[in-house]
Amino acid sequence: MKTNNKEPLFHVVRRDDMSRKKAWTIRGIALVAALIVCALITTALTGDNPLSVYATIVSGAFGSNRKTWVTFQNLSVLLIISLALTPAFRMKFWNCGGEGQVLIGGLASAATMILLDGKLPNVLVIIIMITSSILAGAIWGLIPALFKAIWNTNETLSTLMMNYIATQLVAFYTVVWENPKGSGKIGIINQNSCVGWLPEIGNKYFLSVLVAIVITVILYIYLYYGKHGYEVCVVGESERTARYVGIKVEKVIIRTMVLSGALCGVAGLLLVGGINHTITTTIAGGQGFTAIMVAWLAKFNPITMIFTSFLIIFLDRGAGEIATVFELNKSFSDIITGIILFFIIGCEFFISYKVVFNSKNAKEERK
Amino acid sequence: MKKLTALLISVVMVVSLCACGNAAANTASDSNADAQASEGTTVKAGFICLHDENSTYDLNFINAAKEACDSMGIEYVIKTNIPEGQECADAAMELADEGCNFVFADSFGHEDYMIEAAKEYPEVQFAHATGTKAHTEGLENFHNAFASIYEGRYLAGIAAGMKLNEMIDAGEITADQAKIGYIGAYTYAEVISGYTSFFLGARSVCPSATMEVTFTGSWYDETAEKEGANTLIKNGCVLISQHADSMGAPTACETAGVPNVSYNGSTASVAPNTFIVSSRINWAPYFEYAIGCMQSGTAIATDWVGTIATGSVCLTEFGDTVAEGTADAVEAAKADIEAGKVHPFDITTFTVEGKQLDSYEADVDTDADYTPDHDVVVDGYFNESGEEFRSAPYFDVRIDGITLLDEQY
Repeated sequence: MKTNNKEPLFHVVRRDDMSRKKAWTIRGIALVAALIVCALITTALTGDNPLSVYATIVSGAFGSNRKTWVTFQNLSVLLIISLALTPAFRMKFWNCGGEGQVLIGGLASAATMILLDGKLPNVLVIIIMITSSILAGAIWGLIPALFKAIWNTNETLSTLMMNYIATQLVAFYTVVWENPKGSGKIGIINQNSCVGWLPEIGNKYFLSVLVAIVITVILYIYLYYGKHGYEVCVVGESERTARYVGIKVEKVIIRTMVLSGALCGVAGLLLVGGINHTITTTIAGGQGFTAIMVAWLAKFNPITMIFTSFLIIFLDRGAGEIATVFELNKSFSDIITGIILFFIIGCEFFISYKVVFNSKNAKEERK
Repeated sequence: MKKLTALLISVVMVVSLCACGNAAANTASDSNADAQASEGTTVKAGFICLHDENSTYDLNFINAAKEACDSMGIEYVIKTNIPEGQECADAAMELADEGCNFVFADSFGHEDYMIEAAKEYPEVQFAHATGTKAHTEGLENFHNAFASIYEGRYLAGIAAGMKLNEMIDAGEITADQAKIGYIGAYTYAEVISGYTSFFLGARSVCPSATMEVTFTGSWYDETAEKEGANTLIKNGCVLISQHADSMGAPTACETAGVPNVSYNGSTASVAPNTFIVSSRINWAPYFEYAIGCMQSGTAIATDWVGTIATGSVCLTEFGDTVAEGTADAVEAAKADIEAGKVHPFDITTFTVEGKQLDSYEADVDTDADYTPDHDVVVDGYFNESGEEFRSAPYFDVRIDGITLLDEQY
């Protein structure tokens, strides 16, 4: 009897040997391929010239001084949140609670601005605001870390759940502080007195950029040259090895998550005290989740993260401009962004794995 | 590492090149805008919308903006999906950078950020729908606008009352069962003013009418609006109306076969068998007014209130299910309102805790403590959107006959 042992057409093999040069070539090809597909779709669907669409994307991000600054400001906020998640991710602690940690930090800032307005000098208000938002973010990171360290609960679920608690708290306080009554909006806090507004350095966009630069450098050193960074890596590789070499795993988990949450708190502080001067349930705008992708794409390297967060923000700013200039629906720019991201994330597969087609020879070899 | 550095440097160079080139272009367009403003003739308009044309609320603005600008033959830019945060101030300032000398935002939460932009660009005129702060902010280039939509709601209420009467006459319900249901977004004055004038309109033709109101805590939440409508129908409401921007309530009404009075525009497309009529604000007259002011070099009013006479307050076409004689009754009431014979908030037509409302201190000047600051009862009626007060509604009185099911929002 003939056994029909059908071999699959190909199989996938992991590879670790790709040179950096080759990897970047693949990424470049992916980007070009993405742009070509986008061009075809643009012309097919709208009849617009794809080159002018691309030019519009660039001008959306850098079309004027102000646009350039806003792009860098947005880039900085996303980068800070991505950096915040990184220490936890390197430990293989899946912190999906960035959104909530940012929100709660922002809520602490807003509370300080509203409750201490006119009661303390502005400098003191700002100091309390910075401390309270960093603390609030840290606590939001600490809670799931404690559960993980003590009862080994699933951190993905608990950090996600903490997001909803933060959102509901913000929703509750929005009703408490709303102005005018019943509007469901807080509006700009201390618009005329500017109490609790973080100081402008040069212009109102630069502060976030500066904070992002400082955090990137410090975190890079912390992760690559510090004892803590090493411990984080060991715990991430194998908890048992870590225990064997005498690392207190629980302590590392808690310490790292407090750091992660505290940095998210900084992002919340910047969003509320430096940029928007108000708090809403959507102020983090899903960046707590986007940051997960940014961090992954950068393979948890803080320097690479500058580029990956730039890519996301650049596409986002450009997408908005396409909608305005070509009077297309925002959904169209989302399609373009989606295609580009699909290719860029997809190419990472070909960098990490290779596809081996099963030829006859291979079959014989196996026999 | 070397490669990375090289890459970094090249990126920085490209970026700075872009920034330099555009900075030069930018200043050129700025001086251009100045020249235009000083002549007071050429206007380029910029519009900022919270969502895009998929929201009935924003669509209403987008259509009006296009209509007004096309008929006046001026250039315009529409920015959609601008959130109620610093993005709004940035968008407004970007529009000013691009040479727009009239910038308008459509959502309530945009106001504070428009004020920020107005402070930075004193030569550009900023206007904002539904806002409350222009009259206290003291900025010459920041303006609020709204319409006496409570009059439109009152007229829509008459159509609802006629429908209730028809149901009573046909024996489908008793007079005591003439209960209206209303889905509101927030317990905000604009919503309270809307449902109260709607109710008073209905009660002016159907004296036994009562109303129940529920709130969703969002201006756009299809599920919550649908659920709200279903709860009200279960509670025995025989006619539904709403102040929220999705198709949730009209769809629920169509499924349950309950008549619906809509807002922002006709919803006959999703509720062909239950749609009665919809009131809406037409913003084109305001845009034409404000842009006209700039063209002729006159100042735009700090608070502008569109009325039935300006064409700002309108009713859509009636649906198929409308009661007989409704069109005539509505026309008559409209004429009475225009002639000043009928005021929707006539204090003799409603009571608050059993008493007539002889005077009422409203929070007209917005502040964090909601301090009442103006007596708004004038000549025997509650003077909503009054000329000496502000354009946005401040009627937040809970009158007898209306039950609020929940007030947490």
